[in-house]
Amino acid sequence: MKDLPNGAPRTVPIQSATFTNSVNAEIRRAAATGIYDIRGGGAKRKVPHFDDLLFLGASISRYPLEGYREACDTSVMLGTRHAENPIKLDIPITIAGMSFGALSGAAKEALGRGATLAGTSTTTGDGGMTPEERGHSKTLVYQYLPSRYGMNPDDLRNADAIEVVVGQGAKPGGGGMLLGQKITDRVAGMRNLPKGIDQRSACRHPDWTGPDDLEIKILELRELTGWKVPIYIKVGGARPYFDTTLAVKAGADVVVLDGMQGGTAATQDVFIEHVGMPILACIREAVRALEDLGMHREVQLIVSGGVRTGADVAKCMALGADAVSIGTAALIALGDNDPRWETEYQALGTTAGAYDDWHEGNDPAGISTQDPELEARLDPVEGGRRLNNYLKVMTLEAQTIARACGKNKLHNLEPEDLCALTMEAAAMAKVPLAGTDWWPGKSGTTF
Amino acid sequence: MQTIDMDTTALRDLNAALQAQANETNQTAWEIVNPKGSHAIAVGLDAPIEVTVKGSTGYYCAGMNKQATVHVAGSAGPGVAENMMSGTVVIEGDASQYAGATGNGGTLIIKGNASSRCGISMKGIDIIVHGNVGHMSAFMAQSGNLVVCGDAGEALGDSIYEARLFVRGSVKSLGADCIEKEMRDEHISMLTELLARGGCDAKPEDFKRYGSARQLYNFNIDNAY
Ligand SMILES: Cc1cc2nc3c(=O)[nH]c(=O)nc-3n(C[C@H](O)[C@H](O)[C@H](O)COP(=O)(O)O)c2cc1C
Repeated sequence: MKDLPNGAPRTVPIQSATFTNSVNAEIRRAAATGIYDIRGGGAKRKVPHFDDLLFLGASISRYPLEGYREACDTSVMLGTRHAENPIKLDIPITIAGMSFGALSGAAKEALGRGATLAGTSTTTGDGGMTPEERGHSKTLVYQYLPSRYGMNPDDLRNADAIEVVVGQGAKPGGGGMLLGQKITDRVAGMRNLPKGIDQRSACRHPDWTGPDDLEIKILELRELTGWKVPIYIKVGGARPYFDTTLAVKAGADVVVLDGMQGGTAATQDVFIEHVGMPILACIREAVRALEDLGMHREVQLIVSGGVRTGADVAKCMALGADAVSIGTAALIALGDNDPRWETEYQALGTTAGAYDDWHEGNDPAGISTQDPELEARLDPVEGGRRLNNYLKVMTLEAQTIARACGKNKLHNLEPEDLCALTMEAAAMAKVPLAGTDWWPGKSGTTF
Repeated sequence: MQTIDMDTTALRDLNAALQAQANETNQTAWEIVNPKGSHAIAVGLDAPIEVTVKGSTGYYCAGMNKQATVHVAGSAGPGVAENMMSGTVVIEGDASQYAGATGNGGTLIIKGNASSRCGISMKGIDIIVHGNVGHMSAFMAQSGNLVVCGDAGEALGDSIYEARLFVRGSVKSLGADCIEKEMRDEHISMLTELLARGGCDAKPEDFKRYGSARQLYNFNIDNAY
């Protein structure tokens, strides 16, 4: 910056923290197009998260287990409350519901292969069950969604569990949208709609409203499947105490709670970034609801929304969850947003790591697309191998932490193993701020 | 004729008995007595059997039906024949909300009136209502036919896709993107067959046809409010 003509220094230009470059660019884009931004993925802004928690590890008063040798059980049973055939998983990390239509057939197959190798489940999504996924997933959870696209009693009976989707963390209260570009003959056929038109997935179920109706809906689903398979209820992170209470009242075997960082195939950016609570703020409230009902561990809790590592898994367990679910991380393991496709990301006006126009169907990695040429880039066998590797690493990481805390079972981790780095995280997770014995709102304290 | 008395038989046993019938069953006639408004009666059937329910039913009677004929000699609660795949469901009395919701196939005949959201998200089912239908009927209806011999309530066919709606009486209002359409010969013959199937003596010429203007099919900011 040049000094003033008289040699005096100038005021340096200061960028606004409110009107940042990206905010201004979005204002210009909106002004030019008149269309709000639709994208895939989860919240990109920083919110209090698992990174704001730390494990304490063992010390004089806590006795650790040997990191490689001593057993540390990772298995979990889901659906023990009512189902004749509850689900037993080797690891407490499940693959979240992601629709065929949003994802390619090859991606669904890769998810099934990887999850089966790792001893866990996958979940269908909007658009119904595909043979690729049923064929390759040993344990398959069938989503029962408001759109009911592709829903039929044969697939319901062919599932190992049913997940009634009330909401998603990325968009609690919102429906879905699959844009026409991704509606091929096959997708259109499964959804019983013309090819090439945008498909709305309704935001609420067509044949029930409220928890009393939901209870009867669940009765119907159980009667249809002979009370054999577990019934999950999935809700977005909005009012976790009440939603969990009502889900249990409605008869859920498992509650799936998805925080605001959770990915989606496509919705408005404003929805993703501004509606719903971070998963960190939801878990303890859901557990409190279960405890108040005497149902903790009786009705299992699966949490999701930004789970990336074994440390995240261990933290969820310590806060009282029974299992976690991953969407975005599984796609990255398959090759989504990989820098090897950087030239193509650039051509799409983005860069590896930031690519989120999944709804447009041009995914260079062949995952969020229905274009046969792009899809052919994803080898489902190799994808399955990569996902299995990743799930194994997460499991080993979680075990390492659990053993360091003296636990021979992942589920024995407890809030007392944790401390928080920030006041916000301490308040949300209800664990002490590091170096204190206090968190905001702790009972017996005055502020 | 097999008779099941719900005063003495649990719902689970009733449904298990009906669901156990296979294609070649020779026990084709079933009668259910004392239903007393129970929910989820005769759900998930998949055999060419005839079931008569002697009385009124609660929620989701004949839900997800395949092949079977279910006859309710009374009125039906919410979600009757929801997501039906094939077969026939006949309601002698009135039907509550969401009758035939998301149905993929088969025929639902309602001899009385249907409440709101009749045929919501229907995906191929044919619904014939002798009386009136309530508000928001055929909301987001994808395919199939809804025939209303009486009047339709507010917002008929809101956000409709390719389903066909035939109404003889008045329509309080049409929902977004639903318009009146020309009744061509092919529609008259289609409706003639539907009315015959539904046991209606109404004249096809007295009906008007409604369907999608197809203006909401691709995302456009002007439609997003
Ligand atoms: C591509 C994609 C498609 C999705 N489709 C569905 C769906 O059909 N139904 C649903 O309930 N959730 C859907 N979700 C949300 C996931 O089930 C899950 O809640 C979320 O991905 C978890 O957060 P994470 O992505 O941070 O792991 C989808 C997510 C992604 C990334």
